[in-house]
Amino acid sequence: MAIEVRIPTILRSYTAGAKSVDAAGSTVGEVLEDLDSRFSGLRERLVDEAGLRRFINVYVNDEDVRFMGGLAAPVADGDSVTVLPAVAGGRG
Amino acid sequence: MLVISQDIRDALVAHARRDHPDEACGVVAGPAGSDRPERFIPMVNAARSPTFYEFDSADLLRLYRELDERDEEPVVIYHSHTATEAYPSRTDIAYASEPGAHYVLISTRECGSQDGPVEFRSFRIMDGKVREEEVRVVPALTTS
Repeated sequence: MAIEVRIPTILRSYTAGAKSVDAAGSTVGEVLEDLDSRFSGLRERLVDEAGLRRFINVYVNDEDVRFMGGLAAPVADGDSVTVLPAVAGGRG
Repeated sequence: MLVISQDIRDALVAHARRDHPDEACGVVAGPAGSDRPERFIPMVNAARSPTFYEFDSADLLRLYRELDERDEEPVVIYHSHTATEAYPSRTDIAYASEPGAHYVLISTRECGSQDGPVEFRSFRIMDGKVREEEVRVVPALTTS
C-alpha cells in the first residue's frame, strides 16, 4: 500500500495531468520530498523555508496538517493526502 | 464570456449585500468541462473581514470532495469588494489558482446592504494576468 496524494488542477502540469499519484513517507514532509524526486519542482510550489506556504492547504485524510504539526504530520500507508490551494483574496 | 442565469446572478448579489461590510465569497459549480454555472454554493468567509476573504479550510476540502464526486468543477469563483471597485486586487491575482474559472467580482461600495447599484464583473486570471470578459445575463441557461 502507498499513500495517495491528490493534486489540484493548477499543479497537474507537474504530474503529467494525473489527478492523484502514489507516494511514500512517514511524514507529510517526506511524502513531498518523495514526490519531488519524480515530479521535479512540485515541492517548491508547496513549501518555502518556513514550511508549508501560507496559501496552500494540505490534508491527511480529513485533517488540515496545520493542526497536526505541519510537515511533521505523520502519515501511514493507506492514508490519503490532499493538496488544495486556498481560495482567498480580497481588497488587500 | 460568462453566461449566467438571472437567478444565480441575483443570488450572488444578494449574498454580497447580506454580508456587507464584510467580503462575501463562494462558487457556482457546473458539470466538468461544461462552462455552465448551475449550482450556487455560498461559502463562509473564514476571515470575516471587509478587506480579505478565505474559504474555511475544512469547508474547502468538503467542497472539492463534493465537486469531485459529482464530476463538477468551480465554473465561477466569486467574492465581493465592499469599499472598492469590482476589479481583482493584487492579492486576488496572487492567490487565483483556478485558471479555468470565471472570477466574478461584485462591488457593494455604493449600495452597501441595501438595494441600489452594484458592479458585477467577470475576469480570467491566469499566470498573474487579468483579462476582463463580457457578462451575459440570461433568463435561464439553454438546455444542452
